[in-house]
Amino acid sequence: MSLKYALYPGCAAKGATPELYQSTKAIIGRLGIEVIELTASSCCGAGVVAEADPEGALALSARTFAQAERLGLDVMTICGTCQGVMSTANRQLKGDPALLQRVNRLLEPEDLTYHGNVQVKHLLWIVVREVGLAKLKDEVQVTLGDLKIAPFYGCYILRPSWDLGFDDPENPTSLEKVIRAVGAEPVDYGGKIKCCGFPIILEKEDIALAMNGANLKEAKDGGADAMVTPCPLCHMSLDIYQERASRKVETNLNLPVLHLPQMLGLAMGVKAKDLGVERHLVPVDEIVKRIDARRDDPR
Amino acid sequence: MRLAFTIRRYHPELDAAPHDETYRLDITRGMTVLDALIRIKNEQDGRLTFRYSCRSAICGSCAMTINGAEKLACRTSVRKEWERHGGINIEPLRHLPVLKDLAVDMRSFWGKVRAIEPWVRADHLPPTGPLSLPAGSAQFHNVDACIMCGACVAACTVHEVDQGFLGPAALAKAYRFVADPREDSTARTARLGALQGPTGMWDCTRCNFCVEVCPKDVKPMEAIIRLRRAAIQAGMTDTGGARHVVGFRDLIARFGRLNEALMPLKVVGPSLRRLLHVLPLGIRMLLKGKVPNPLHPPIEGVQHVRALLERARR
Repeated sequence: MSLKYALYPGCAAKGATPELYQSTKAIIGRLGIEVIELTASSCCGAGVVAEADPEGALALSARTFAQAERLGLDVMTICGTCQGVMSTANRQLKGDPALLQRVNRLLEPEDLTYHGNVQVKHLLWIVVREVGLAKLKDEVQVTLGDLKIAPFYGCYILRPSWDLGFDDPENPTSLEKVIRAVGAEPVDYGGKIKCCGFPIILEKEDIALAMNGANLKEAKDGGADAMVTPCPLCHMSLDIYQERASRKVETNLNLPVLHLPQMLGLAMGVKAKDLGVERHLVPVDEIVKRIDARRDDPR
Repeated sequence: MRLAFTIRRYHPELDAAPHDETYRLDITRGMTVLDALIRIKNEQDGRLTFRYSCRSAICGSCAMTINGAEKLACRTSVRKEWERHGGINIEPLRHLPVLKDLAVDMRSFWGKVRAIEPWVRADHLPPTGPLSLPAGSAQFHNVDACIMCGACVAACTVHEVDQGFLGPAALAKAYRFVADPREDSTARTARLGALQGPTGMWDCTRCNFCVEVCPKDVKPMEAIIRLRRAAIQAGMTDTGGARHVVGFRDLIARFGRLNEALMPLKVVGPSLRRLLHVLPLGIRMLLKGKVPNPLHPPIEGVQHVRALLERARR
């Protein structure tokens, strides 16, 4: 059975984290996921556009939903922030016919209308619930057996939970399930549901570094060899700013941070360079070497 | 059913450090965590300290950390917690000084609420006589439902690392007065102006924790976003936070997607010092192929995105 979605790449995967896009494309076929990319989709607004202009921000999401609806497909996101923003937008649009009508009026000149028939699903959720962990395990060629991996959810894929409706925001399990399915051991730590600080990192760097530094340090102290996140904005904070965070929390963190599809790809035997790990600022070499050393081992 | 309750104990005059104690209790139908605490205090350990009063989620006294999240003990079901977490773990509110056991010092919380001057400032109104709101004019978006329990502040991820942050409760309260039609416009401008600096409205990361834990559906973060919108509309655009919002929106209107090569320049604004601070990371990103081409063509249909943002603004 093929699972088909309208792929909403979001900005980061087309911008500062191209390795997320690359690694997504490298693995989804093997998991039986087929996509049509929404090439004319815009930014979701990231919660930032809404600060100036709430209905404009809703219209950005509605426009994407209308494009997917026209294809008769649900939306697949690969960014936790996009997922959160679009889940909230979708709930608001579906729950308020007058609002939907106002927003649809904004889409009229492009001959687009959203009827409220689209669901928005993150790749993580699709892997857990629709592809299924059994299928994922079937595709694993190199179990990441000796690795301890710290899940880092990011805010918007968890909260507000009534908009997301997938994981328990106090006790999420989807990333842990995926980490176990690839044969690695999840690290349990309080910071896994906290904030990476990214939304204010450009203007309030000190606060943001204290936040992401504390989370990275807690994961590292818990024995993590690597971290995995379903959100590229968290990735930017945790990877690009890690050296500065190290100075802030006075610890040599040096903790590689993987995008979700990169972790899946490594376990599925995809070559590291096809997953774009060389683009990270915190080197992933050590992890890749340890995985390569297991390649010849029987599972 | 008999369940174990693990409770964080701390008596600052006797204990070197906080420690956990476990109590076993037969639970009854519909029992709340507060019911259980009262039973434990009455039947097993009279020294156990916690605050409570109304037992009905009105007074806001019994907020505490239950299984890792901020909750009112009086409206938290023991059975549901057990089913959700497989245990009952009770700790005081986080990042507030512990007075004893589950009772925390709320002085910093109240100090911040006072700091935003939680009263209507209206010189034009008569000093005596009725001051009721004009019918149908107030839009507080449920902020006035706050019971000051402190759950949002304890859950706030910025407050965790910077206890100077005014925090969700006080900022939401500030919004309540910004939204009050009786307040003088000069007072409103001053109120917004006072929240532009460090520890004010732009320190929130929008992590949604306050929205998630609030027992009264106040959604403090949404009130903070409304404060920010009000500040931008009042022309207060000379902060990193405001430049972020306005610049982000401009880039979406121009390209349809965010251009991360240009975004930092928008936030940095006209400051060489700030530019030199972001530049080294920008260069490292460039070398790793992480800086998108600033001249990258816009998305298909960008003119529609631009037009809809324009129309939405009108």
